[in-house]
Amino acid sequence: MDIKHATFKGGIHPSYNKHYTEKLPIEDMPAPKVVVIPMSQHIGAPAKPVVEVGQQVKMGQLIGEAGGFISANIHASVSGTVTAIETRTSFNGGKVTCVVIENDFTDTLDESIQPKDWTTMDKDAILQAIADAGIVGLGGATFPTRAKLIPSADAVIDHMIINGAECEPYLTSDHALMRETPEKVVGGLKIMMKVLGQSKGYIGIEDNKNDAIEAVKNASDDSIEIYSLHTKYPQGGEKQLVNAITGREVPSGGLPAAVGCIVANSGTAAAVYEALTTGMPLISRIVTVTGSGIKTPKVLRFRIGTPTKDILEYCGGLTDDCAKVVSGGPMMGFAQYDMEVPATKGTSGLLCMNKADAAIEEPSNCIRCAKCTVACPMHLMPLYIAGYAEKGNVEQLENYSALDCIECGSCAYVCPARRPLVSTIRYAKRLVQAERRKKQS
Amino acid sequence: MAERQFTVSSSPHIRGNQTTQVIMRDVIIALLPACVMGILQYGIKAILLLAVGVATAVASEYLAQKVMKRPITITDLSAAVTGLLLAMNVPVGCPWWVLAIGCVFAIVIVKQLFGGLGCNFINPALAARLFLVASYPTRMTGSAFIPAGEVTSAATAATLTSATPLVVGAEGTPLLDLFLGIGDIHGCIGEISSAALLIGFAYLLWRKVITYRIPVVYMGTVAVFSLLAGQNVPFQLCAGGLMLGSIFMATDYVTSPSTPLGEIIYAVGCGLMTCIIRFYGGYPEGVSYSICFMNLVTPLLDKYIKAKKYGEVKKNA
Repeated sequence: MDIKHATFKGGIHPSYNKHYTEKLPIEDMPAPKVVVIPMSQHIGAPAKPVVEVGQQVKMGQLIGEAGGFISANIHASVSGTVTAIETRTSFNGGKVTCVVIENDFTDTLDESIQPKDWTTMDKDAILQAIADAGIVGLGGATFPTRAKLIPSADAVIDHMIINGAECEPYLTSDHALMRETPEKVVGGLKIMMKVLGQSKGYIGIEDNKNDAIEAVKNASDDSIEIYSLHTKYPQGGEKQLVNAITGREVPSGGLPAAVGCIVANSGTAAAVYEALTTGMPLISRIVTVTGSGIKTPKVLRFRIGTPTKDILEYCGGLTDDCAKVVSGGPMMGFAQYDMEVPATKGTSGLLCMNKADAAIEEPSNCIRCAKCTVACPMHLMPLYIAGYAEKGNVEQLENYSALDCIECGSCAYVCPARRPLVSTIRYAKRLVQAERRKKQS
Repeated sequence: MAERQFTVSSSPHIRGNQTTQVIMRDVIIALLPACVMGILQYGIKAILLLAVGVATAVASEYLAQKVMKRPITITDLSAAVTGLLLAMNVPVGCPWWVLAIGCVFAIVIVKQLFGGLGCNFINPALAARLFLVASYPTRMTGSAFIPAGEVTSAATAATLTSATPLVVGAEGTPLLDLFLGIGDIHGCIGEISSAALLIGFAYLLWRKVITYRIPVVYMGTVAVFSLLAGQNVPFQLCAGGLMLGSIFMATDYVTSPSTPLGEIIYAVGCGLMTCIIRFYGGYPEGVSYSICFMNLVTPLLDKYIKAKKYGEVKKNA
């Protein structure tokens, strides 16, 4: 089997800093005393709690029912007693209803969890199983996977792509997963190929993970095409990956399905495989705990709902000079202020940064160097979008396509004047959306 | 876990190494070989002028910002670059106070009055050079190129009767001397050695401060035009301020376009203007005027030329 090479135009070469964890095996973190499971860990409607305070629950039991088509089921990640259903802070600073379960440390499995054989199941049964298992995109965006696998009727799908790029610096969760259990990633891809009626599947992996490429290659057959992607950020951006592998561009405002592509993360594929073989719903995931601010960096499989502080403590705790904890990667992650916040289906990384790494430099005047336009993987002109946002000129923001920004952070990374381009452009997008709403009403 | 305070800020949480200060420092480093060649040619007088240029520019920036109650930003080194460039753009015979007036004009009038770094519409050092040429023509041209007491050789004698070194070298200057900037070569302090300027160009490319586009297209346009006009191509490339201008002045971020296509049009424009002025105009040298003129065209180029964005949807599709 040939391995093809591919890349996209634009992007940056940040310091990857994967050395903290890239050689580490995945370690199973023991379940904590208490898990706090948010009812909204996905894009779309929150799930509705279907348990009551005081109720005994088993591991894998449904505790939150999908609140619509774009929503996802939520399951108990431990067995024990529901001690509270209340509003807590979520990783992005919002408030979310959470089911709090006190662990009885027996890991009693729910009866509903039965091994499955996907090879004998039809498309609809597989989709139902994926929905039942509460699977969402594990790359970070957490789009419900069942909904993704049912593209609109007019879309002609010819590329089912697994995203194993893991282009965020520091993170090595997908890397470890592909290296250790490539058969689950490939198996998950084949299940999704079956759902979409595809005879070929595609996997893209950045070429700084050659051991993962080798492992996935050995686990694949002729129906799988593997792409070795140039190591460049954001190679794993959905639109960039589609472009690298197919040469197509997802139309502005559209989904990859519009150009025949469905993209799922390698972790998602493994979760699909798990659900369609052992029957286990999505109650754990892999997180990279890394950076200069954590005592023992680790790649951990944790139970969904484990409080951040428990994960950090399991990794030896924060160093004395740790000044910042980011949920996700350094380019797109969310800075955390409350270590009680539970880690969820979308928590791909916990990046701990010491004072020096977390230092924020003062912005100075834009010198029009245009390095942001070279770096932008959407080929936008961040300097003008940010400039017009500061002036509140919505017409020009539309003209410069502010809404096409994917907030990857490449522009702000390269900006020599240290301008806060991403947050300014987020503001620009709000301005445009507000103006559009005003026009509609 | 003990209570502790965490920094909360918007993504991205990491930044690249290249800051404005690092860029300006790289530009200064890239200019050093040309400065050294100027000093070898003109001695202590050149060192003094370079020092006056940098000191006056930095001092004017400090005072202007103090008076305008703006944050002091002299540590970003942009004023130092402007001062150094202007000093490299005057003849060695230029009195130090003329240079100092030029630096004040560049920093206070062209840069700070328009809002400081990033806000000027024209290259401050070039605008100041043109201001000096217009205000002190005798001190900026002709005999000013020749160090005092050296008026001996035939070539230098020719300089005195002609306008600039661009005319001097036309007859009989060995091309290698012209390229290296040694022997009987005269010009502004920083422009005499093409070789040294090209070393600086290579350094800027290596450090990713600029791309090859503007200098190469600018020089390429001059080469093609010279060929078509029946001029001596290597001479047109190496003589006068073309190298210094195309590598260090035309590439000024603030006053050059921000798209590749815009840069190419801008550089072609610079090249055409330079040749037209050199071959058909009243001045033997056209680099400064050309770049300043194209600086003024830059906002138009940026307005009408945009990057083709990813996933562009055709309006009528």
